[in-house]
Amino acid sequence: MNPLRILGLAALCMLSAGVLAAPVIVAEKQPLNLHAIGMFFVFVLGTLAITWWAARQTRSTADFYTAGGGISGFQNGLAIAGDYMSAATLLGLSSLVFAKGYDGFIYTVAFFVGWPLITFLMAERLRNLGKFTFADIVSYRLDQTRIRTFAAFGSLTVVCCYLVVQMVGAGQLIKLLFGLDYPIAVMVVGALMLVYVIFGGMIATTWVQIIKAVLLLAGGTVLALLAMAEFGFSYETLAARAVDTHAIGKAIMGPGSMLADPLNAASMSLGLAFGIAGLPHILMRFFTVPNAKEARKSVFYATGFIGFFFLVVVTLGFAAIVIVGTDPQYFVGGDLKGALIGGGNMVAMHLAKAVGGNLFLGFLSATAFATILAVVAGLALAGASAISHDLYATVLKKGTASERDEMRVTRIATIGLGVVAIGLGILFEKQNVAFLVGLTFGVAASTNFPVLIMAMYWKDLTTRGALWGGCAGLVSALLLVILSPAVWVTVLGNAKAIFPYDHPALFSMPLAFLVIVVVSRLDRSARAERERAAFDDQFVRAQTGLGAAAASAH
Amino acid sequence: MDRPVSRHAQSYDQIRNNPKFRQLVQSRSRLAWSLSALVFGTYSLFMLTVAFAPQLLHRPLGETSLLTIGIPVGAAVIVFSWLLTGWYVRSANTRFDALSAQIIEESQQ
Repeated sequence: MNPLRILGLAALCMLSAGVLAAPVIVAEKQPLNLHAIGMFFVFVLGTLAITWWAARQTRSTADFYTAGGGISGFQNGLAIAGDYMSAATLLGLSSLVFAKGYDGFIYTVAFFVGWPLITFLMAERLRNLGKFTFADIVSYRLDQTRIRTFAAFGSLTVVCCYLVVQMVGAGQLIKLLFGLDYPIAVMVVGALMLVYVIFGGMIATTWVQIIKAVLLLAGGTVLALLAMAEFGFSYETLAARAVDTHAIGKAIMGPGSMLADPLNAASMSLGLAFGIAGLPHILMRFFTVPNAKEARKSVFYATGFIGFFFLVVVTLGFAAIVIVGTDPQYFVGGDLKGALIGGGNMVAMHLAKAVGGNLFLGFLSATAFATILAVVAGLALAGASAISHDLYATVLKKGTASERDEMRVTRIATIGLGVVAIGLGILFEKQNVAFLVGLTFGVAASTNFPVLIMAMYWKDLTTRGALWGGCAGLVSALLLVILSPAVWVTVLGNAKAIFPYDHPALFSMPLAFLVIVVVSRLDRSARAERERAAFDDQFVRAQTGLGAAAASAH
Repeated sequence: MDRPVSRHAQSYDQIRNNPKFRQLVQSRSRLAWSLSALVFGTYSLFMLTVAFAPQLLHRPLGETSLLTIGIPVGAAVIVFSWLLTGWYVRSANTRFDALSAQIIEESQQ
């Protein structure tokens, strides 16, 4: 495989289930897995009970969008970690380490490092300035109509692309793990998501996310402990046997060939690190806690859980080199040099079977399914709130819509998003959705993130600057993704990509910032003066939390 | 629409003129930006080593060991930046929040 392809694969592995949809690994349907289905039923029943309970708590729009700000820092930390740790983090990253050794570890570090930065620079300002959506912050002192419309559009672009990626990944994964047909799998995911979001709103979505995060953390840890037991809990023994087993020997213990192109690696880590800070469903999490103190705590816990989980997954990858890599029963035709049964992403699943038997494999499969459901629900909620809170209630009705109407629109919007997600999910079954990952994070990092961070930090930002800069980021990210190998070569069938990198962020993000600064500086309108003057009050609120949206009483 | 800006305008003005507010802003942004620089610096150093001096990370941990320096270094980048997160959250949730509460109280007298 050439390095570009591996980088693309790595990107997919890390942040979405999309890699499972790559045409090379179109999943084969497996026999029905009864353990997995049984445990998944338990999960579904439990979460439906929670949704029923949450529905009774959800009375206002604040309850619906942000659980009334009543989630504690620790709970929210788990939920944030849950939003970030997708099924593919477990499957994709462990497979990457299995195949490439230390290079997989380098990616882990790259994907982790955005979190501390969010803690230092964004968490408290997000909570102090926002209410329901990140557009609240961006349009705080800028033009409500135009900026909100733009921010909502940015949110919806990201949400829709990412929903499709998750749906396609879900369909492939479920087909593989549970032995269900692809369209049925996609519809099950879509239907459950609709139930969680429409009836339970943010309260149900958060609890589904928390349960899934606990399952994933527990499942990963138990798997790592069982695997390490085979090596007498000694990393020294593990390293010795992994080096012995792996085709490239000692090379797996240090940086290898995967990062041959530093620019591509830089563009990717930039896009992924700052893309997180532009994902609407992650940003929304900061509004579910009562105050800035809890918001900070929640990122601290989330960062800890994510860091821990990543280290566990790296351990799994190395352990699998020995345990799975030497066992012919996990390879097609029993050929140790050939392909893994079920595709390259099944490393963690095979390891689960090898050290924990069928029951544990079933548990891990159910957890993977639950993981996708939770992420999809969070995305749908973020998209629906952009439609109902930003576009309907604020832009269209100028803040005069009643809560009942707004809730009704949210639910209709959720159904709309669900239908779109299921439809596109089925349509894209055989497509390589790699480009959608590039697009999701490209747009998040070059459109949502620059406008958001400038709105929070830069006094001189004006409506005109934010619009032009955001559009520059959006258009350049879109163009570069179209010209990138994922679309130009894989989808359109050209021989050579015009833009050689999979992620546009290294170029589109600085461009967005540049245009924001230049256009804002040149803006001499009276409106621009008012917007600059309004920064001082915004700044006091951002720093002290005075005037910040309060938690509703439960 | 009821803009919170106007509702608190007077307090905001008072707070801005409070020297304690300037102190809060200064000490918090100094900490936040230094820690960001530290995390970003550590990460960049790690990535630069990977790109330009990978052999450094290939060195064995001990004479007979097959574990390399790269393993603890990678883990350390993650753990270290998480600990810095803890440091910031601790300072912000105790020192800065206390100062901030004081400032708000003074503005409402």
